Amino acid sequence: MLKNRIIPCLDVKNGRVVKGINFVDLQDAGDPVEQAKIYSDGGADEICFLDITASNENRDTIYDVVEKTSKKCFVPLTVGGGVRNIDDINKLLNCGADKVSINTAAVQNPEVVVESSKKFGSQCIVVAIDAKKNGDKWEIFTHGGRNNTGIDAIEFAKKMEDSGAGELLVTSMDRDGTQVGYDIDLMSKISSKVNIPVIASGGVGNLDHLVDGIKLGNASAVLAASIFHYGKHSVKEAKEYLDSKGIPVRI
Amino acid sequence: MNVTIVDYNSGNISSVINSFREVAKDKVNIDVTSDLNKIKSSDKVVLPGQGSFKSCVDALNNISGLVDTLNEFSTNNKKPLLGICVGLQMFADVGFEETETKGLGWISGKVSKIDNQNGKYKLPHIGWNQINIVKDSKIFKGIENNSHMYFVHSYEFIPENKNVISATTDYSSNIVCSIEKENIFGTQFHPEKSDKIGLKIIDNFINL
Repeated sequence: MLKNRIIPCLDVKNGRVVKGINFVDLQDAGDPVEQAKIYSDGGADEICFLDITASNENRDTIYDVVEKTSKKCFVPLTVGGGVRNIDDINKLLNCGADKVSINTAAVQNPEVVVESSKKFGSQCIVVAIDAKKNGDKWEIFTHGGRNNTGIDAIEFAKKMEDSGAGELLVTSMDRDGTQVGYDIDLMSKISSKVNIPVIASGGVGNLDHLVDGIKLGNASAVLAASIFHYGKHSVKEAKEYLDSKGIPVRI
Repeated sequence: MNVTIVDYNSGNISSVINSFREVAKDKVNIDVTSDLNKIKSSDKVVLPGQGSFKSCVDALNNISGLVDTLNEFSTNNKKPLLGICVGLQMFADVGFEETETKGLGWISGKVSKIDNQNGKYKLPHIGWNQINIVKDSKIFKGIENNSHMYFVHSYEFIPENKNVISATTDYSSNIVCSIEKENIFGTQFHPEKSDKIGLKIIDNFINL
């Protein structure tokens, strides 16, 4: 039976972890490679890096991080943030990323998704959808949540599936950083609209939220950042909790 | 000993390279090349594969003499070869992804889309699933039944002779996820992404 996945996400800026696990035995709390290794040793099903480097001149720092991580972690590694074109995707894959998540570029130019999934295979193309509720629908935001495009998120999700995306990483902008739980409505609506796996993101504050994302939101995988930071919960605890709630996980 | 990972522009193979080098350490030389002479002289060959069946077969055919060299290596010289994901699928006679495409024909059978039972099962089949070991395989030494492996695929290999199947996984139906036919090995899952247990399979192959 296919297991639901737990994916810890690390925000990386200029090659350093912005928020992270705060363990005493950590040599260097800001080193993404070391943190990723702790997650993978702890049973993370995948690792996700979100590159939030703002300036162009420091963009290349992520490549070095990916290259070092992929030599130490032997679970899938997804990298997103600032991915603009086929060249960026190619570089990340060559450095050892297994999947690349595309956000703004997919909205501005959906052809990037068509072309990249043809060139590299759908299995490595994740489209990241940042959505915010507006009335009774959800709209797509780009540029790290700053720009409202007015595009309907659920229609867009379907379009991305048709364009060749292998997975969708759906983040509720309303919930992101609030720790009040995923936007279950959004997750379940997108999940029932498409036949590709949906990864739920944005808003996790406790382990029950992970359960809800899978049971109520029908997500195939749950991504979380802050609950794994500062040692609040380990990936192992999260898995044991999901298991106790009858959710199939890899233990 | 030399193990060659065939680099034929089949997409992203850096994870395969990293995992083999991690396991091999300094004891075994891992080459990454499409050089025919190097392939001929190596002790073992790894055939990775990402993207579609057609794109991988086309990529193999684009390198002049590569298919003949692989045929000689595996069929005439009977040296160990491991296919991963589409690398395994290409052992078949024919694949139906994108369009009907002739495979290497090493193991009779076809590659078809997984039956998603009218949307009941999401495709691609992505994530960790357990393997059901149905026959002893040399690459499963020390691997327990029901171990978790990492999968990413929408198509499945259906061999005619079921005796070649060494493991299956349950997704919509019993999907063939590992085969062994004499010196030819293949996994539908990605040992290079399946954590320590995946590295063990790579270790088993290197130490055959």
